[in-house]
Formats: sequence, C-alpha cells, structure tokens
Amino acid sequence: MLVLIPLLPFAGFVINAFVGRRLSKTVSGGLACLVMVAAFLVAAITGWTVISGGHAIEQTLFTWLPSGDLQIPFALRVDPLATVMILVVTGIGALIHVYSIGYMHEETDGEYARYFSYLNLFASFMLVLVLGANFPVMFIGWEGVGLCSYLLIGFWFRKKPAADAGKKAFVVNRIGDFGFILGMLLLFASFHTLDFQGVALAAAARAPETATFGLMTAATLLLFLGATGKSAQIPLYVWLPDAMEGPTPVSALIHAATMVTAGVYMIARNAVLFSHAPTTLAVVAGIGVATALMAGTIGLVQNDIKRVLAYSTVSQLGYMFLAMGMGAYAAGIFHLYTHAFFKALLFLGSGAVIHALAGEQDLRNMGGLKKALPVTYWTFLTGAIAIAGVPPLSGFFSKDEILFRTFTGTAVNGWNGRPLLWLIGIVTSLLTATYMFRLVFMAFHGERRHDAPAAPVRPEEEEPGAPVPPLPGPVYSDLPAVDRTHGATHASHAHEGAHLHDAPPSMAIPLIVLAIGSIVAGFIGVPHAIWGSNRIETFLDPSFEVSREAAATEPGAPLVDVPPAAEPHEDTGRELTLMAVSTGIAFAGIGIAMYFWLRNRAASDRMARRFAALHRLLLNKYYVDEIYDAAVVQPIRLLSTSGLWKGVDVGIIDGAVNGVGLSVGAGSRGLRRAQTGSVRTYAASLFLGVVLILGWYLWR
Amino acid sequence: MLSVIVFLPLAGALLVLAAGGRGDRHDREPLVRGLSLAVSLVTFAATLYLWWRFDPASADYQFVEQRAWLPAFGIQYLLGVDGISLFLVVLTGFLTPLALLSSWAAVHKSVKVFCFFLLALETALLGVFVAIDLFLFYLFWDAVLIPMYFLIGIWGYERRIYAAVKFILYTMAGSVLMLIAIIGLAWAYSAANGAPSFDLRELHTVTLPWAMQKWFFLAFALAFLIKVPLFPFHTWLPDAHVEAPTAGSVILAGVMLKMGTYGLLRFAFPLFPDAAHVFAPWIALLAVIGIIYGALVAMVQPDLKKLVAYSSVSHLGFVVLGLCAVNVQGVQGAVYQMVNHGVSTGALFMIVGMLSDRRHTRLISEFGGLKAVMPRLVAAFLLITLSSIALPGTNGFVGEFLILIGAFRWDPRLTACAATGVILSAVYMLWMFQRVNYGRVTNEKNRGLPDLNAREWGMMIPSAAVAIFMGVAPALFLRPMEPSIVRTIARIEGRMPATARASQPGLGARGRPASREPRATSDEPRATSHEPRAATSEPRATSCERRAAASDKKI
Repeated sequence: MLVLIPLLPFAGFVINAFVGRRLSKTVSGGLACLVMVAAFLVAAITGWTVISGGHAIEQTLFTWLPSGDLQIPFALRVDPLATVMILVVTGIGALIHVYSIGYMHEETDGEYARYFSYLNLFASFMLVLVLGANFPVMFIGWEGVGLCSYLLIGFWFRKKPAADAGKKAFVVNRIGDFGFILGMLLLFASFHTLDFQGVALAAAARAPETATFGLMTAATLLLFLGATGKSAQIPLYVWLPDAMEGPTPVSALIHAATMVTAGVYMIARNAVLFSHAPTTLAVVAGIGVATALMAGTIGLVQNDIKRVLAYSTVSQLGYMFLAMGMGAYAAGIFHLYTHAFFKALLFLGSGAVIHALAGEQDLRNMGGLKKALPVTYWTFLTGAIAIAGVPPLSGFFSKDEILFRTFTGTAVNGWNGRPLLWLIGIVTSLLTATYMFRLVFMAFHGERRHDAPAAPVRPEEEEPGAPVPPLPGPVYSDLPAVDRTHGATHASHAHEGAHLHDAPPSMAIPLIVLAIGSIVAGFIGVPHAIWGSNRIETFLDPSFEVSREAAATEPGAPLVDVPPAAEPHEDTGRELTLMAVSTGIAFAGIGIAMYFWLRNRAASDRMARRFAALHRLLLNKYYVDEIYDAAVVQPIRLLSTSGLWKGVDVGIIDGAVNGVGLSVGAGSRGLRRAQTGSVRTYAASLFLGVVLILGWYLWR
Repeated sequence: MLSVIVFLPLAGALLVLAAGGRGDRHDREPLVRGLSLAVSLVTFAATLYLWWRFDPASADYQFVEQRAWLPAFGIQYLLGVDGISLFLVVLTGFLTPLALLSSWAAVHKSVKVFCFFLLALETALLGVFVAIDLFLFYLFWDAVLIPMYFLIGIWGYERRIYAAVKFILYTMAGSVLMLIAIIGLAWAYSAANGAPSFDLRELHTVTLPWAMQKWFFLAFALAFLIKVPLFPFHTWLPDAHVEAPTAGSVILAGVMLKMGTYGLLRFAFPLFPDAAHVFAPWIALLAVIGIIYGALVAMVQPDLKKLVAYSSVSHLGFVVLGLCAVNVQGVQGAVYQMVNHGVSTGALFMIVGMLSDRRHTRLISEFGGLKAVMPRLVAAFLLITLSSIALPGTNGFVGEFLILIGAFRWDPRLTACAATGVILSAVYMLWMFQRVNYGRVTNEKNRGLPDLNAREWGMMIPSAAVAIFMGVAPALFLRPMEPSIVRTIARIEGRMPATARASQPGLGARGRPASREPRATSDEPRATSHEPRAATSEPRATSCERRAAASDKKI
C-alpha cells in the first residue's frame, strides 16, 4: 500500500520516458497528471489511516544493503510528520502537473513527454525521501530529487545559462551531500543503526550534549550541512536563484514547495537527535535567521520576477530553520505546509505573467497587468497577502507561531539570544511584505510598460555566475531573445499589441485552488490564544519524540526524558501583543511598498541613488558568487591544471619514469656495443670470462 | 568446469584464426566477428552458469581443479573460485563480448588477429582470477600483458608504440619483483615443510619472519599497486588508455585494473598480514591522495579518454581504501566497486568510442549540443555518468557507500578526505557532460550524426541495465561474497598475535592497531545493534592517532 505512493509517479515516469515521444501531448500530460492524482488519493487514504489510527504505518519491501552488521532494508514508514509531507507533495504536485499542461503546451511531443517524465520522477523520489524509514533510503530520494532538479533546471539544455545552473545546483548540493554522508557514517559507527527510530532511541538514551562538543553535535552539524545544500541556506544557497532558469512550474514545485524543504524535513525527522545537540540547534537557528534576513534584503532590489520569488523562498526557508533551531519543530513544519501553498501560487502566478508576456521576466518591463490578467492578479494578490503575514491568511498563523516560539522559549544553550533572533525575524517579516508588494505593484499596477521593446539581453548582473568559466567558444548572447526565455510561438502574439491572454483553464484552476488553499490552510493551526486548538501541532508532536511503542519493544534501552520542545507559555496577553506587532509589521511593509512603488516611484529611484553603494551591493547579491569563484573555483582549476596535471603528473612522475627509461636506454646503447656480432669477439669474451671465474675460484 | 571456462576463449581464438583464412581477408570479416562474438557469449553464459551453481553460503574455493604439474617444484595446476573472484570472472565474461562489439566499426586492420588477441586476453584474465597456485597465477598474470601489448601497439592511435612500451615496462617492473617474492615464499615453505609448494591454501600456513614478510609484501604490493594503478604509479594509465583502441580500453579499465586490487586482497594482505597491518595506513593514504588527485586532474583534461582514465585513478583509490580498512563493509564495498567500475567505466569508454567513431576526435571542445542530435546516445550517457558519480539507485553508490562506512570505522579522518571525492566526481563528470551534450550545436560536423544503431544498443542496454540492477538489488551480489570475505579478513586479522610476537618482538603491539575493532562488531547479531555504544567515538579517534603515530615511528 505505502509503496504505491512513490510507485505510481514512477510508473508514469517509465511510460513517458520510454514511449512518451510517440504519445500525443494529451496522453502523455494526462497520464502524468493521472498518476499524481492517484498518488494523492492513496496518500489521502494513508493519511486518514494515520490520523484516525494515531500510529505509524511501516512497510519493508526487501533487504537492500546487507553487509556484515550493516543491514539496510528498503523500508517506508509514514507517521504524522510524513503524512503532512506526502499530502503536500502529492497534492500540490498534482496541481502543478495540471498547470504544466497549459504552460508547456508549445513544446514538441517528445520534449513534452520528457518534461513530464522528469516531473513524475521527481515526485517519486521526493516521496521516497519523505517515506524512507532510514537514512540510506532517504538518501536515495535526497540525491534523486537533486538529479531531477538538475535535469529540470537544465530542461532547455540549449541555453547555456540553464545548463550551467543545473550543474551548479547539482554540484552545490553535492557539497551538502558530503556532509550528509559523513553524518550518516558517524551515526552508524556510533549507534550501529541508521533507522530513524533506532537513532532516536539511541540518542534518547544519552544525555543532551549541552556543554560538550560530542558525537551527536558533530553528526547533527554534518547533517545540517546537507540541509543547507538542499534547502538553500548560507553558505550553500547560491544555486537556488540560478535554478530559476528552469521552467516556472518546476520552480514552483521543486524550488519552492517541495524539494527545498527537504532539509527542514530531515531535521524534523531527526528531532530527537537534534534536540540532544543544543549547540547544533543554536547554529541552525542562527544560520536560518541570517539567511532569512540576507535573502530578504537581496529580494528587495532584484528586477527579475522569478528571482525575487527565489530569494523570498530562501528567506522563508530561513524561517523554517529558525523554528527548527528553536526546537519548535511543529511550527516549522506548519510554515513549510502553508508556504507550499502560497509560494507555489506565487510562482505559478508569475508563470502566468511570463506566459502572457511571451517570456518577459523583467519587472521593469511589466506594469498595469491587473486589468488584462484578472485571474492571475487576484490569485497572485492573495498569495502576496498570505506571505506578508496578514491575518487571517495562512502565512500569518505559521509565521506568527515561529516568531512567538522564538520570543518565548528558554535560553539557547546558555546564551539568551532569543529576543535578538526575534527582532531579526520581525525585520525580515517587514522586508517580506515590502518586496512582495513591490513585486505586485511593479507587475500589476501603474502603467503598462511591456509594449516597450523587451530588453534583448537581461541585465548583466543577473547572468548566473558560472562556477567554472566556459572553454573558449562561441558567444551566446547573439541568440534571439525569445529563444532564451519562454516559448517562441507566444512571441508572435505578444507583438500583436495590447491583446494579452489570461491563464487558460489548465493554469487558472490550479491558481484558484492554491489561492483558496493560501487563505484557509492556516486554520488547522490557529493558536490557543485566539480560541483555536492548534490541531496541527497536537497531530505532529508525536513525530518529534521517541515513540512509546518503539521504546517498549527495545528492552534495556534506558530512556532519559527528551527535553520537551519549547512548551508554549500560557501567556495569552504576551502572545496577543506579539501577534499585533507582527500584524502591524505586515501592514507597515505593504505601506512602504505602496509609497515607493505605487504612489511615488521617483522616491524609490532617489533612494537607490542616495544609497548607490548599498544598492549595488544588494543588486549583485553581496558578490557571493564572485567571491566563491575567486576563492574556491579558480584556485582549484589553477592547481589542477598547472600544479597537478602539468606539474606533478607530466613533470615530476612522468619525468622520473622517462628519466629511468632514458638512462636504461643509454645504458643499453652502451651494452649494445658489446653485441658486435663477431664470433671472434664473443669467443674471446667467453674465454676471458672462463678464465676470470676459474681464477676467482682458485685464488679463493 | 573452470578449465572449460578459462580455455574456451583461447580455443575460440584459435578457431577464429583458422576461420579467418590466410592473410587479411576482408570477405571473411563478418565470419570472424560473428564467430568471436559467439565464443565470448558462450563464455559469458558459462560464467553465469558458474554463478548459478555457486554455493553462496560457503567461504571455500569451489569447483576446485587440482592436478600435479611440475611436482619437483611443487607447482600444480590448481583452479578454484570463491566469493571474491566469482564476480570478477562474471565481469570478465560480461565485458569481453561488449569489447568485441565496440570494435566493429573502428577496427578493420587484421580483424582476425585482433579478435584472436582479445579472446586470448580473456583466457589470461580469467586465469588470473581463478588460479590459486601462485606460479600458475604468475603465468596468467604475465600472459595478460602480451595480448594487451599488441592490442595497444597495433590497433592504437598515434603514439601507440610509446604507450605500449610504457605500459609493459611499468607493469613488468612490478611483476618481476613479485616473481622473486613468489619463489622466495615457496622456498620458505619448503624450509618449513620439506617440500616446496605454490598452493595458496598451503602457503597461508607459513609463518614468515618480519624482515622477510616486509620485503615480500612490498614486492607483491608494488606489482599490484602499479596495476591498480595507485598514485604515484598511475602515469602509464592515461597514456595506455588514450592510445588503446576502444576494446582495449574497455578491457584495460574494466578488468585489468582489478587484477591489482584483486591481488592485494587475495595474496598480499592475507599472506603477509603483519606487513599488511603496518603498510595499510600508508597505502590508504596514497589511495586517498589518488582519489582527490585523480579527480582534480580529470577535471581539467581536454581529452575525453584521458578524463575517464584519470577518473579511474580516483575510483580505484576508493577500492584500495576499502581494502585497507580490512572490515566487512570496506572489503565488500571494494569488491563491489571493482565490478561497478568495470561496468560503468567500461561503458564510458564504449561511449567515448562511439563518439570517436563518428567524429574521429575525442577532444571535449570539438563536441557540444549532442543531446539535440543523438538523444538516445545521450540518455545512455547520462545513465552511465550517474552510475559513475555514485548516485543512489545505481551500482556506484552501493560500492562507495560500503567503502566509506568500512573506512570510516577504521580511520574517520582519512575517510572524510576521501569523501570529498563525492563532490569532485560530480564536478568533473557533469562539467564534461555539459560541454559535450548541452548547449547549441556549435560545430557543423556534429550536425546530423546518427543516433545509436542496433550494435550500439546491444552494448548500452546491458551496461545500463546492470548498472541499475546492481544499484537496486545489491543483496544478490553481496550475499555470495560475504563468507569468503569474512574468512579472508579473519586471515588477515586473526593470525596476528602468536606468530607476530614470536617472529618479531614488539611488533604485535604496534602492528595491530587498536582501532581495528570492526571485525568483532561485524559478527554481532543484529539484535544488539540498537544498544547504545557509549563512548565509542572518542576512544576511536585517539586510538587512530596512536596508530598513526606508531606507524610513523616504524617507517
């Protein structure tokens, strides 16, 4: 039963990959959507069993890796945490599949099938990641989604930026995976199990490493390195903005709603382990909040609609890590779940805009789309309000829960930095509202600017920093602009003039469903302070503790009580105050955006000029790509080429080998003189030899 | 049974020579090719049958054939196969037909002789893996060189003579020393038991003094490490690969390099355990250097074949690291990785061969945008690339993961360095893959290249299928390996205390690092595995340092 959930999309992948090019678009796209909907139904039934039964379901298929005491079964397990995730992945995944039918319709049959096969494969791996009952099975999904991300970012493989971005995503993720693997190794070497429950039990049997830097701290830090790669946190976030080269539905599914949350999920999955390493939690919280702030500031000045959303995703993921670091696992997962709705919505909305404008992504060339694209506008606006944190939309509840937990918990590992973390969180919240409404106002309000000739080449600063400079080759910038972006056929009707299409039904329906979701999704987590029951938290909490059943079946495992995940104070007054503050902040952010980008555009330009240095710094994303290139990529290339290859390999080792060869050759040439071919010389030397040997024997 | 498998290709080779007629007759080419392919396929089927009949629960040599050969010197005709060699035999059987297929389009010069050498090579390789008499092993070991030398020297590319000579000198240098050590070993046996023997099973019972062990081990290890090739003995490999014809590269990378790692595991480590304990950390260090070094150098190669050749240095570094860990996961991963590397690197060389057949160049910069031109070839290429960078779900992951687990229990710091190979392999493979296949078609010559033909499908489908199958169901391979590997480890570990202290005072304390606990834990029943292993990590780190310091003193 459980295995059906990932297996259904996988079947879709197999069919589309092997015979897709011979199928019509209706069949291949329809099949891909069908398997996703079927997977969603199975997931829903499974979820219902978990909710009503109240305990985890497990399925072991076969022994995957047996080697000595290492026995890794291919096992799947669904508990409350996994339930939320599979519903998000299959539900939102299915909607995005449907949306893709409309969005990708210009591709040829073969490409269309290829696209859907990758998308199905992604869903399948993501579900394995979520359902895996031990680290290696999760790692199958973990790297598998990375592969699909690579393939889908580089889907338009003819454009160099897309291929570069795909490779960059894979390589940066591999740096994280390096940490993930080492974390696994350390856990196995110490705990002798890689099963999540087993690890949790083993961790629970130890005292939390409050003052020491022990094994659990090291292992969790390594795992967290993996999470920073997958979930685009400092220092490995650089691949996500570039990943926007992929088709927009891909950005919505992989780079907003699902894959990038894998790191958050992984920490939540190992909540018991992480709770026993407070130092790591402090690091997680610090990195999370720093990423949130940094990405928020960059998002404020970017001009590419998808890049703004990308930085916004990085920023929101930072919130989730903040929650993880605070031990507020349920709050973090709650935000993951609401974020999936509104961020997918925003991406799909931006896709509808890009689709209507024949590939235009530059905000400066948009404007006034409100009338032409009503469905897109109203759904997009809903998403923006939700992410800004305006009650009672979903984003408000989840973000507020995180900020509240940040403010009220106990001290972080002795250092009481919570108010500071909270403050940064609030500032980021202000930034979020501002940049999101800047986007709304620039794209949908004001005058229409998109009839102005589209800039043929996007501004230089947005060219993704290729990790490795290309070999000398032809320059790509002379290609027609339409080829570099979305769709060629749309270019024709965009130039017809003022006539713009709103989203076709296959795209509009997902937008509307997601918009409704963005409004109501938060209601399952209404806090007690305002007469809610926070049901999602009560539902999720068992996943973050050692399960009683598992503990019961392990006799002799002494249970040290797990430190409870920051118990909410029954301090309704303070909670309400904080709520009011964050609501106020959301409106303040919207107000700022309204002033600068709706009422008084000149003021925003003036600001940019007055703080030109800061503006340039933000526009260039703090030059992080450039710094990485200069500090890491180039030195390694130089070392490899002239140091190792030409120097050590060809110079020293081969030099030595050839030197030996040459001297042997020289010696042989000397010896060859002895080989005169004259019988007399041989006879003479033979005689001489006999005499010498005899002489030696006699003389001795 | 084993004799049949070993000598079937040779018999076929002679048949091919006869069928080819006199001189270089082109009209007989299809006959020659068909016949040799048929022979290699029958051999492959025979190896599969061997696997099917193999008893996975036994650690012993199976299908043993024992005949006296030169009784005066104790030399026997002695063949046998166990869990370690079984899959190398199957791998050889698997790759030879593919290698033959890969040469169909490229080789037109004396096809008959080409096929003869390739089949003769298969016999020699199979012999290496099943010989358990050391003298016989040595004969096969050197016999491998001859056909390979001609394959490179006759059917190679421009600098083929230089490459062939370099190849043969490098490897001969090692094997001569090994021959001396083999004879020395037999002599030591006869000193103890009255008559010489080359039977590996008998030789295990000899207790050698430390000084002798040390030198014998070094002689064996040098021969094997050159073959692997371990950094810094690897420079023959890129040259040999670049100049060898595709079939030569496939067999060279796919099977021949494994002779080195197989030799370490079968002979060098168990025969000289004391020396193995002392030198293993140093060999492992070289292996880790090789992993990183090979990857870095591969990254900047302009030539596809050289890139794959250097990537082999990196991959084989993993294998050696796993062997040096001497615990179940490490060694099992190493043997698994030998087979993996054969499958995926063999397939990579086949793909490079296909590109080179079409374009007569192997320079990466000559390609670009191939995905638009040859989507099927590029799909196969992608799959093999993924297997080479060890994506979970492919064979590469199973091998690397087991090696890393085994090595981590032995020496976490070295393993952490080795694990950077995970990042680097993605860098060089994907960068190459992008430059060859993505982007626009910029070189007019690449337009209109034909996609895979039936013969090439016949090479790609088996390779890709095996790569996936070994990633999904490794248990089928790991289970038959385990008993033999456990016994070999016991041999390397177990004989230590008494003999070592007797022969070399003070060695026991140093030679047996305290951190070698894994074997004890590996036999633990699964039930206890959840038990908290308190305080395992800190002592391990320190014992590891102690060992490193101890070895420092010795060397």
